[in-house]
Amino acid sequence: MTKSELIAELAATNPHLRGADVELIVATIFDQITGALARGERVELRGFGAFTVKRRNARTGRNPRTGEAVPVDEKAVPFFKAGKELRDRVNRGVRGARG
Amino acid sequence: MQTVTRAHLAETIYTQVGLSRNESADLLETVLERLSAALEAGESVKISGFGTFSVRQKGRRIGRNPKTGEEVPILPRRVLVFRPSHVLKARVNGTSTPLDDEE
Repeated sequence: MTKSELIAELAATNPHLRGADVELIVATIFDQITGALARGERVELRGFGAFTVKRRNARTGRNPRTGEAVPVDEKAVPFFKAGKELRDRVNRGVRGARG
Repeated sequence: MQTVTRAHLAETIYTQVGLSRNESADLLETVLERLSAALEAGESVKISGFGTFSVRQKGRRIGRNPKTGEEVPILPRRVLVFRPSHVLKARVNGTSTPLDDEE
């Protein structure tokens, strides 16, 4: 599923909303999550999951082609951890898997 | 640290889109449910400018209870992984125009 498919589904199931509003709703959700992470905040959506920012220390990397050492600066990376409910749903229906 | 929750997101939809608070909260729930249902069906969810959620199949392996040292089988399972887009990575690092050197 892509963002446009999500918007199309939402528009189909909510015919009273204008298309532009449906797009705005979806954009608002992901923009807000992005903004919170950019401010270093965490976003917790119970049952779905939590978005957090993890710090990665500076390290010496290597150019895999030349083998040359390159300094890699400290950086922040967005991280998502699925909530229990979503984790269980994703795992459901696999033969031999728990619950 | 400040935590953003459903209530914050629903409130933003309410102020930005001008729907009722109730409907804003319901629509947020619908979006999360659609995403969850797609992932449950094993489908990837690709949100441009944000990232991709995908389901990865893990094989059976032998784990170990760290306390007792006892071997326990870890059964095959499906796990969810999120791969942030370069736009999101750049935003989190405060660099609005990333040097697009990946992919």
